[in-house]
Amino acid sequence: MTNLSSLVDLKNGTISREIFVNDEIFKQELGQIFSRAWLFIGHEDLVPNPDDYFVSRMGTDSVILTRDRQNKINVLLNSCMHRGMKVCRYDQGNTRAFTCPYHGWSYSTDGRLVEVPGELVGVPGFGPYYHEKLDKKNWGLIYCPKVVNYKGTIWATWDANAPDFLDYLGDMKVYLDAALDHRDGSPGGSEMIGGVQKWRVKCNWKFAPENFIGDMYHDISHRSVDLVGIGPSGGKGRRDKTIGRTTVSFDDLGHGIIGTLPYREEFPYQETFKNHPEIEDYLKEVYDRRLKNLGDRLRVNTSVGTIFPNMSFHGRQPRTIAVFHPISPTEMEMWRIFLVDRDSPQALKDAARHYYMRYSGPGGMTESDDLENWQYATEASAGHVARRYHYNYQMGMGYAEPVPELRGAWNNGEYSEGNARAYYKRYLEFMEGRDWDGLMAASRAHGEARSDA
Amino acid sequence: MLESQDAKLQELLLQREIEQFLFEEASLIDERRFKEWLELLTEDIRVYVPIVRNVRYDQAELERTKEFKDTCWVDEGKETLTQRVQQIATGLHWAEEPRSRTTHLLTNIRLAEISPDLSDPREVQVRLNFMLYRNRGQVETDFLVGKRFDRVRKVDGAWKVARREVHLDQSVLLAKNLTTFF
Repeated sequence: MTNLSSLVDLKNGTISREIFVNDEIFKQELGQIFSRAWLFIGHEDLVPNPDDYFVSRMGTDSVILTRDRQNKINVLLNSCMHRGMKVCRYDQGNTRAFTCPYHGWSYSTDGRLVEVPGELVGVPGFGPYYHEKLDKKNWGLIYCPKVVNYKGTIWATWDANAPDFLDYLGDMKVYLDAALDHRDGSPGGSEMIGGVQKWRVKCNWKFAPENFIGDMYHDISHRSVDLVGIGPSGGKGRRDKTIGRTTVSFDDLGHGIIGTLPYREEFPYQETFKNHPEIEDYLKEVYDRRLKNLGDRLRVNTSVGTIFPNMSFHGRQPRTIAVFHPISPTEMEMWRIFLVDRDSPQALKDAARHYYMRYSGPGGMTESDDLENWQYATEASAGHVARRYHYNYQMGMGYAEPVPELRGAWNNGEYSEGNARAYYKRYLEFMEGRDWDGLMAASRAHGEARSDA
Repeated sequence: MLESQDAKLQELLLQREIEQFLFEEASLIDERRFKEWLELLTEDIRVYVPIVRNVRYDQAELERTKEFKDTCWVDEGKETLTQRVQQIATGLHWAEEPRSRTTHLLTNIRLAEISPDLSDPREVQVRLNFMLYRNRGQVETDFLVGKRFDRVRKVDGAWKVARREVHLDQSVLLAKNLTTFF
């Protein structure tokens, strides 16, 4: 195992290029991070009905997200226990059982028939060839011991000892809520627009969550789209201004955001769809409902954020979830799904969808330039001499202020690399192989969540 | 007999005319003469590239994400296409700076529908196959291959593209971004 402490130098704020290009370190990430951390699997709208399934990824593994007939959501390893064949090669669909096309072993998700998800129920030749001596109970599909549906987003971990998802999230929850909750402030209420964008990028997967966790500094990446202007209100710029924008990191958990500090009095109404008057009328009404629903309760705005290790989200406009699946040290598969309020008018859904697509994804006028930068940063970092040198993460070191309303949160200011340092601090803790007690001790020391957060 | 031969000849000439138009149009993209290219698009142009899913043999209707409803790779009109051309012209659009090299190969071109009729063709549905090759930097190479469903319309005596639906033969997009034009 590679000792990473000299490669991730948090004291000096520098990180070796090796962690972005090295094969051994990549394998270590799969074991220490992707086999243990809570990972984003998909959205419940991908499996709305009993027996629906959607094929997703966890690290380099193919997994199947299923909703069983008892409406329980499961995550199964998509590899037949007999010879490893993918038991499902469709992207999504509806089935009672997964039958392997190689030798015909079949696995059921029906909770009435089986004791565990994906139990082996059918083995051709069980009597004549196996002489009934195969212990079927031991040869079901591998399944995630912990799966959670959080406001429509599905998360899972391979590690039965992992803490509950809400502990893993900590007070980052309020920032995730700001993305998933209805714009009127009521809990949940977002739906996924159909279709998942999936594409390959020849960059190290960490460039993306690091970017979204709080990199306000990369404006030059997007100068071209800012000059043109693509927002639904016309004018220059790529998105609405977040009033009171700063970066907040959760240093003991590795999460972080660009957004606001917690506040209790709503900012004045801001027109976000000036080019669409009929949408503005609806949004003004939603804003009034929000004032009523939230009263003086604590709330935040999230522009973008990252939940360690590989899920990021945009909370306002665009409103989307991105996942960065590791393929190799120098390649990732990126996914994007887009969110809207389920009960919003079709005109808003259409306008939002068009805006999301011209902003994000491979065709996005903003994201396309990020992808170029991440790819060629990775390529240039793989050089033999280049690898000897560290990246610089020193911006704003020593200038963080605690956020009193949120446990373990630090306000790093609008332009800082504090959030990236928090991310790699967590990265190092996972990569060192700390157990969950060690991983969670610092955040648990902050105590229970506030009741109004 | 003669009448039908005339009709065939007329269709052949129309086919040739539209092929030449599409070749010239693609050339403007490959020569990066984007402003001139925009002139060949109608004001109500729609370019639509759905996402492809792996589905069962009998679920063709689920194979592509739905127009007007779902997420796609590309779903836009003249305003956004014009913005993309402006973006490239800033010289700061890193995804296309330095400039990519692209070549469109257009084949299997068929006229699917001529309206109102052959004697006065004002709008034509064209089906074709394409390969869009892009190379940039040193070794970055994309091959985008698929079918195109174009609608071309005669505006003030000249052909223009009114709609382009692109069916890519990739479910996971193997290009890191889509910053060129189909």
